[in-house]
Amino acid sequence: MECQECHIRPATLHLTNVINGQKTEMHVCEQCAKENGYVSYGQEGYSLHNLLSGLFHMNPSSIQDHKQFSQSSTALACPKCGLSYHEFTRVGKFGCASCYETFEDNLNPIFRRVHSGNTKHEGKIPKRMGSGIEKKRKIAAYRESMQEYIQAEEFEKAAEIRDKIRLLEQQEEEES
Amino acid sequence: MSLENFMSDAISPWMKENGPDCDIVMSSRIRLARNFENRSFPLIAKAEELDDVLEFFQENYQDTAFDQQGALQFIRIADLSPIEKKVLVEKHLISPHLTEHAEEAGVLLSESEQVSIMVNEEDHLRIQLYLPGFQLQKTLNEAFKVDDWLEQKITYAFDEERGYLTTCPTNVGTGLRASVMMHLPALTMTHQMNRLTPAINQLGLVVRGIYGEGSEAQGNIYQISNQITLGKSEQDIVEDLESVVSQLIEQERQARETLTEELSIQLEDRIFRSYGTLRYSRIIESKEAATCLSDVRLGIDLGYIEDMPQSILNELMVLIQPGFLQRYAKRSLSGRERDVLRASLIRERMHLENN
Repeated sequence: MECQECHIRPATLHLTNVINGQKTEMHVCEQCAKENGYVSYGQEGYSLHNLLSGLFHMNPSSIQDHKQFSQSSTALACPKCGLSYHEFTRVGKFGCASCYETFEDNLNPIFRRVHSGNTKHEGKIPKRMGSGIEKKRKIAAYRESMQEYIQAEEFEKAAEIRDKIRLLEQQEEEES
Repeated sequence: MSLENFMSDAISPWMKENGPDCDIVMSSRIRLARNFENRSFPLIAKAEELDDVLEFFQENYQDTAFDQQGALQFIRIADLSPIEKKVLVEKHLISPHLTEHAEEAGVLLSESEQVSIMVNEEDHLRIQLYLPGFQLQKTLNEAFKVDDWLEQKITYAFDEERGYLTTCPTNVGTGLRASVMMHLPALTMTHQMNRLTPAINQLGLVVRGIYGEGSEAQGNIYQISNQITLGKSEQDIVEDLESVVSQLIEQERQARETLTEELSIQLEDRIFRSYGTLRYSRIIESKEAATCLSDVRLGIDLGYIEDMPQSILNELMVLIQPGFLQRYAKRSLSGRERDVLRASLIRERMHLENN
């Protein structure tokens, strides 16, 4: 495939933009991409992280909302490490674990964009804090299936699950 | 054990073993990003704080041993010469990022060179584990063992909702980057990689060159890894990557078959021309060397070339890099000097195999 800008070199970068559901594709060579500013190059060359901070500003809500959003957020700064929200959006990186709490209200849209719509962790839990979290996850899963049984009017099965939940909750109380 | 061990061989000990599907998949890698709970991330932490982290590793892990991996050695990046840094990067034992923040950075390396724990990279810890060939599941299990072992002494930054907390939002959740290094000469020759790459991207996976972000596919070697780290379990991430890699292996095998059936003499000609170039040239640039090495490796896989180990590609790909050449020469070299030394080292190495 040749570069769609210079029509000389082969296209080595394939960019896909999805804006409000409208998909556009670009096939360009590295040089044209650089010249036209499609990508930013740092010391290490093309970096996904460089594109990230751009993502933070691509708020799909209306411009009015966007203004309010930034006004309420600009003053925000992490009490632990001092990173301001403004700096966070500029660099696209967190300063410490507490930043996640401080900027909590603004994080879901960012994570959704970066991780294909996901916002909640699934997977490994540190061993030492593990057992409690695992129990909570189990209880939540049981609750869901209990609701399903109730909806399906299979009350006996729902009751069985209710007992399991009680048992887990008792264990939790004993431990704490 | 000294630093010399990590420098002297272009090839890590584990690369000499043949893993599953090693005719196409050169290595499997798992990387886990972790941070200390109560410390600022390296990006904004003060020098003293980062020093504390280095001290912690020096005190707790220097000369300890982990599992079957042999003794662990803690190295401060600031203690390395520029050429030594380059060599470790070329061997994939540390990242370029680590060398750019050398003042406060370190690495804990296992004697087997399979485990590399970078300290004060973008995150406090970057745990890396390599296995030869295509065995991501096993690599993940081994990496988890290292993770659990470290966790005995370190309280990780972790949140129930968000998972392992990382400096960059692209790593949050599992902190996992699973990747394979694949040699795909037939798919490249038949221009199928251009078509496949966008399709692979659509599945949330990334295709890159041999030296990571921004590097081109030197020697037809591609690195394929997951992009999404949040909302999917490690198991699912690895399985998704495995299924795509399996398909790529299948496609590459088919393309190789087609080439040998339909273009047998052209292919043989190309392989032996490259063989001749490596065997006899006096000046060779790294790009040409990489292309020729890829051809020769394909020739070995397809049985055109005998008496030459498959690992020669892995080994020479590192040996021909600027850092390694200069380490060998024990001084910095101009571009032309490197091209001459490169040609001579390749000749020597190939001669060794034929006798």
